[in-house]
Amino acid sequence: MSQHFVPLPDLPPPGNSVGPVAWLRSNLFSGWLNTSLTVVAIYILATTLPPLINWLFISADWVGEGKEACDSGGACWVFVANRWDIFIYGFYPKDQTWRVDLIFAALFVLTAPLFFKQLPGKLYLGGFILFIYPLIAFLLMRGGVFGLEPVETAKWGGFTLTLLLAGVGCIAALPLGVLLALGRQATNMPVVKGMCVLFIEFWRGVPLITVLFMSSVMLPLFLPEGVNFDKLLRALIGITLFQSAYMAEVVRGGLQAIPKGQYEAADALGLGYWRKYGLIVLPQALKIVIPGIVNTFIALFKDTTLVIIVGLLELLGMVKASLGDPAWPDVSREGYVFAAFMFWIFCFAMSRYSQWLERKLHTGHKR
Amino acid sequence: MTAEAQLATSKSEDKMIRLVGVNKWYDKFHVLKDINLEVAKGERIVVCGPSGSGKSTMIRCINRLEEHQKGQIIVDGIELTSDLRNIETIRKEVGMVFQHFNLFPHLTVLENCVLAPMWVRKTPRKEAEATAMSYLEKVKIPDQAKKYPGQLSGGQQQRVAIARSLCMNPRIMLFDEPTSALDPEMIKEVLDTMISLAESGMTMMCVTHEMGFAKTVADRVIFMDRGQIVESNAPHEFFNNPQNERTQLFLSQILNH
Repeated sequence: MSQHFVPLPDLPPPGNSVGPVAWLRSNLFSGWLNTSLTVVAIYILATTLPPLINWLFISADWVGEGKEACDSGGACWVFVANRWDIFIYGFYPKDQTWRVDLIFAALFVLTAPLFFKQLPGKLYLGGFILFIYPLIAFLLMRGGVFGLEPVETAKWGGFTLTLLLAGVGCIAALPLGVLLALGRQATNMPVVKGMCVLFIEFWRGVPLITVLFMSSVMLPLFLPEGVNFDKLLRALIGITLFQSAYMAEVVRGGLQAIPKGQYEAADALGLGYWRKYGLIVLPQALKIVIPGIVNTFIALFKDTTLVIIVGLLELLGMVKASLGDPAWPDVSREGYVFAAFMFWIFCFAMSRYSQWLERKLHTGHKR
Repeated sequence: MTAEAQLATSKSEDKMIRLVGVNKWYDKFHVLKDINLEVAKGERIVVCGPSGSGKSTMIRCINRLEEHQKGQIIVDGIELTSDLRNIETIRKEVGMVFQHFNLFPHLTVLENCVLAPMWVRKTPRKEAEATAMSYLEKVKIPDQAKKYPGQLSGGQQQRVAIARSLCMNPRIMLFDEPTSALDPEMIKEVLDTMISLAESGMTMMCVTHEMGFAKTVADRVIFMDRGQIVESNAPHEFFNNPQNERTQLFLSQILNH
């Protein structure tokens, strides 16, 4: 005789294992070590947080004209507000800053549709942003065409310059890095491989500050008399080449993670070299190394501050330069906090974007 | 094409694959020794043998996933040399199914199937998709077309892999141990697909340990050991009356376990 299966009723979990009290007990006070660490952490927060908040917000001065407005003992944000234009646009002519605004607004409007999944022509839009937009943006910045007043690159500065250096560095270094990584993998072309290895190892071996210094001081010595190409351009080339070497190694890591079977399947279908890499290998390899790529981008974003060595003043350079102003004594804390905040916002956004991208591109299990 | 190859072609129009004195070494290891083999149009060959006997290497030479160092391989009248155009022409005509499926995990099943026809044969997307769907129906998984390979079972993935190869409309299909990585329950569904493909008249070369498949489908069974072809015979003769001692030993070991 077979037994009849009677399922037991579902019961709620015992009261001491759910709810906020249970969470506190298991996460913050689970043992004497955890409890004492919690107490220490609370003590540190209680002693540092209130004065910090007080300085940053509560007793800070937000509006006013000069240093005199800052008398309440808190942060003097009047300084930042007063210098805002310089921090953002550098020495770009005041009546022309709309051009910079337009460039960033256009970038925002153009990239927004890329975040929506089903949209026809996304590929063309992406291509436009990568190839055509930078050209338009450059012409708009420099002027001298369409009746725009020319603005020499020496006047470009502030956060605009930060974004320009980082943006061009990232966009140009990625394809270059991919090519270098492919070259380094090309075991059947020893000359190409050797050149790529040499290039990568050279640029990874020197510090960025040296690269910038060489490009601005040494390079002109080798150029013929009268040939003088733009300081900003030289810095950009230096940053791009430097960055591409790092990018190449990140991408190579991704290439190595692709199983041999993927290459063989692509070969067996007769795809040929470029289609094999472009359609099969790189999409997978780049997806794997998104964290590494974004890591490199973030590092570059912060490394742009080094261009101060060649006399280009990006955000931090502008803040530093402004600190010497006798009209604004004793505002260095505010200046550095502001610069740090701007960098943090952008780096944090990039980090979040990479996480979102990883989730979006996830297609289930590997293989 | 060399004069020799042209001669070889004119001699045997109906031969889809000809291997003449093929030798291959991995470094100093002599993996293929003087392989001579002809496969006629529509012929179905099963290759078996112990592991390390060179059977996979041999069929991988046919679409140049491996390079042979001596001898001639002529596929569909074209000799395989280091000429990239010849290699690509041959690869278009030769489909291959792997032990580990090797589907592209970042593309859906349908995209896996239309990729090569669209990029290599320049078939318009609509047409390629219609072809792909008809093959997916033949392998009995049209409802999985929008899924990613990672969401399918092993047997389903291998059937997709077969459909993907067929979408290129190949004249020859190579199978490299297509059921070795599958759960026992899934082997049958893949073998059934291969049997119906064989019935359609496709020229097939299949490395497998599925002796039942060899008995029902093969026109010829080839036994390899230590890089050489030991015995080649019709399945009935091969299984009931093996000529070579080594073949007898092999068969007694795999059939009596």
